[in-house]
Amino acid sequence: MTNRPITEDDLHAYVDGVLEPERAAEVAIYLEGHPDAARRVAAFSDQRDLLRKALAPIADEPLPPQLDLSRIIEHRRRRPASLWWAVAAMLMLSIGGLGGWVMRGSLQNSPGGLAALAQEAADSYSVYAPDRVRPVEMRASDSAQLVQWVSNRLKQPVKLPDLTGSGYRLMGGRLIATSHGPAAMFMYDDDRGDRLVVMTRPMASEQSAPMAPHSGGDVSGFAWADGGMGYSLVGQAAAEALKPIANEVRRQARTI
Amino acid sequence: MNDMLGLIEPVIPALRRYARALVRNRATADDLVQDCLERAISHWNQRRAGDPRPWLFTILHNLAVNQFRRSAYRGKHIAIDDANEDDFGQEAVQEQKLMYQDVLDKLARLPEDQRAVLLLVAVEDLSYADAAKVLDIPIGTVMSRLSRAREKLQQEIEGTADGTTKNVVQLRSMK
Repeated sequence: MTNRPITEDDLHAYVDGVLEPERAAEVAIYLEGHPDAARRVAAFSDQRDLLRKALAPIADEPLPPQLDLSRIIEHRRRRPASLWWAVAAMLMLSIGGLGGWVMRGSLQNSPGGLAALAQEAADSYSVYAPDRVRPVEMRASDSAQLVQWVSNRLKQPVKLPDLTGSGYRLMGGRLIATSHGPAAMFMYDDDRGDRLVVMTRPMASEQSAPMAPHSGGDVSGFAWADGGMGYSLVGQAAAEALKPIANEVRRQARTI
Repeated sequence: MNDMLGLIEPVIPALRRYARALVRNRATADDLVQDCLERAISHWNQRRAGDPRPWLFTILHNLAVNQFRRSAYRGKHIAIDDANEDDFGQEAVQEQKLMYQDVLDKLARLPEDQRAVLLLVAVEDLSYADAAKVLDIPIGTVMSRLSRAREKLQQEIEGTADGTTKNVVQLRSMK
């Protein structure tokens, strides 16, 4: 006997069968003397069995062709040729002046949309990035609380982009005010002390929009919207240098 | 490549089960799983070594949350009634089928975040630590949600929950 008191967590771990044998034995002894707890544990175990049995048939169903992994892989292999041409065509468009003009046009539409977001991100950069004393309210060391805090305020799960692969370390972040509600701002710096800002907030309009460049003053950036959330990455580096980082932020926000 | 096939394929039935228990619609669930598999293939090199199950569930779960968020934006909720009767317990005998249907209806009334924890832990056998990773929450939060989910489901089963019958799955995005 370890004499450690039995906790609520122990009871659940007992139900799920994940306790060490010695601890499970202690819980069993405890339950003998505590009929109320024993009744709850029995009920939770029944629940667990019932759920597993009720859902088991789904896992036994034959897989439809759309979930046949070999087929999916095969399908992807056949796709690259056409995809490549689409990418090439888009590249040529954006190199040409027309592409730039179209993008600028899309950024000037709808006041609550991407254009507003880009402006908010650029403004936040100008205010906070030059601050040498307190550029962020919560530091990187408190990143878990930071994410929790901004997720609560934005009422959306917010992911903290990891830009170490691009040479930028997280400094921390803060909540900022926009006329479209609260937004989360994360700040990063590289070995030379150059700073980047990633801003995100829920979008009332333009809930999904392709990535578009924006610039003003001595900062430039990229803004886009995905699944109802808008993003903008802003820095003083050249647009060509920021683009792959923006792509990385977008990739991370989309996956896992 | 074969390594990828061999590691992902055995998990697909469980991914389908989790998706369908979350969204309660066969077609929507299978679309989510397909999307999950596509992403898993294209990001295979970015996974951590070891058991791919938590990683696959993480991808699927995030896709499901996005799906919830999008349908919430459009104001389109997936009503329980939308779930095809045949979607559950097809091969069970009639009486069992009703009992299973009943517990799944009650499960659907749990808040989405509690339902996800209960499914990952009690049905999919993920460890508490892996469930915490999938949901991106501290393990303490996993335990408290698990506890609340079980208490609430038990109240529903014993019929002691408050009489308001809500026929619509709560679509809340998760913290």
